[in-house]
Amino acid sequence: MSLTDKQIERYSRHIILEQVGGAGQEKLLTSKVLIIGAGGLGAPAGLYLAAAGVGTIGIVDGDNVDLSNLQRQIIHHTADVGAEKIRSAEAKMLAINPEIRVKAYKQWAKADNIRQIIRDYDFVIDGTDNFAAKFLVNDACYFEKVPFSHAGILRFDGQLITVLPGETTCYRCIFDGPPPANAVPSCSQAGVLGVLAGVVGSLQATEAIKCLLGLGDLLTGTLLTYSALSMDFRKISLNRNPECPLCGDDPKITELKDEEQTVCDPNNCEC
Amino acid sequence: MNLVVNGKNTDITDGLTVSELLTKEDVKMPQMVSVELNGKILKRSEFETTRLRADDKVEFLYYMGGGTCL
Repeated sequence: MSLTDKQIERYSRHIILEQVGGAGQEKLLTSKVLIIGAGGLGAPAGLYLAAAGVGTIGIVDGDNVDLSNLQRQIIHHTADVGAEKIRSAEAKMLAINPEIRVKAYKQWAKADNIRQIIRDYDFVIDGTDNFAAKFLVNDACYFEKVPFSHAGILRFDGQLITVLPGETTCYRCIFDGPPPANAVPSCSQAGVLGVLAGVVGSLQATEAIKCLLGLGDLLTGTLLTYSALSMDFRKISLNRNPECPLCGDDPKITELKDEEQTVCDPNNCEC
Repeated sequence: MNLVVNGKNTDITDGLTVSELLTKEDVKMPQMVSVELNGKILKRSEFETTRLRADDKVEFLYYMGGGTCL
C-alpha cells in the first residue's frame, strides 16, 4: 500500500512525526478498532480515530439518540435526536473522513454476540455505561486476546487502564465482579460533567493509536485517574492479581457469561 | 504513624485495620471500593483483619461506570 497525494496532505501532521511517518500512517489505515458504546466516551474516540485514518472502525450500540445525550456525546447532533446512535455516529465519522470504513452493529453487547465481533479487531475501546457490560468487554477481550482500553466516568472524575489480556492487569484483577445492586449511581442519577467524557474518551483513543503503532508506554498495569475539579492526574501502579477469577492462577471464569445489571433502582437507592 | 493513602501522607493511630481506615477516610460505600495495599489487591474479607503498618501505601480504587450513561 502506498499513500496517495491526497492522503499525504490529509495526514501530513502525522506523517511529519518521526515516530509515525508514512509507514505508521499506512499501518493506521489498515488497522481496525472497535468502539463499544456510542456515548460519552465513544463519541470523541470515534471522531478522533476517524480523523486519524484508522481504516476500519466498528461501533456497537443498541440505543437511539436522546436529547439528554447531547450535553456530552458530541458525535450526535440535535438533528439526530431519535435516530439510531450507530447511524448517527457512522455519519459523523464518514463526514470527517470518507475514506475509512465504518461497521455499525445495532445491538447491545452480550455474551452471545460480542466475541464474534471482537475477534475481527486489533483494539477495543470500552465506552459502555454499566458494570455488566464492562466486565463482559473485559472477559471477551481476554478470551479473544484483543487489547483494550477500559474507562469509567462519574460526576467530575474519570479513570482508565489499558489491558493486554493475559499479560497485564485486567479489570477483574482490580474488581472481581460487579458491585452490589443499589450501591451504584448511574450517570443519570449522579450526573457527569460533559467535557469529562471528552477528556477520558480522547485518552482512550490515544491509547488505541499508541497500541496500533507500538509507540511509547501504554497504560498497562497502571490506572490513570483524573479529577476535573482538582485537575489532578494520578497514575496508580496495579500488579496482576494471582487470585483474579479470570486471568489468575486458578481461574473461576472459563467461559463468557452476562453479569447481572447493578444500576440503582431509583426507588430503592442507597447512594 | 504515617502512611500514604491515595498518594497523600496521612496520620493514623497505630494498629488501625483497613476497615477502620475506610471509616476514618469517610468512605461512605466501602462496598464500592477495592483496596490495594503495598501493590497487592486485598480480598474484601481481609479488610477487617488486615492491620496497617507505618509507611504502608494504600490505594482506594473506586468502581466507576459511566460512558454512554443511561
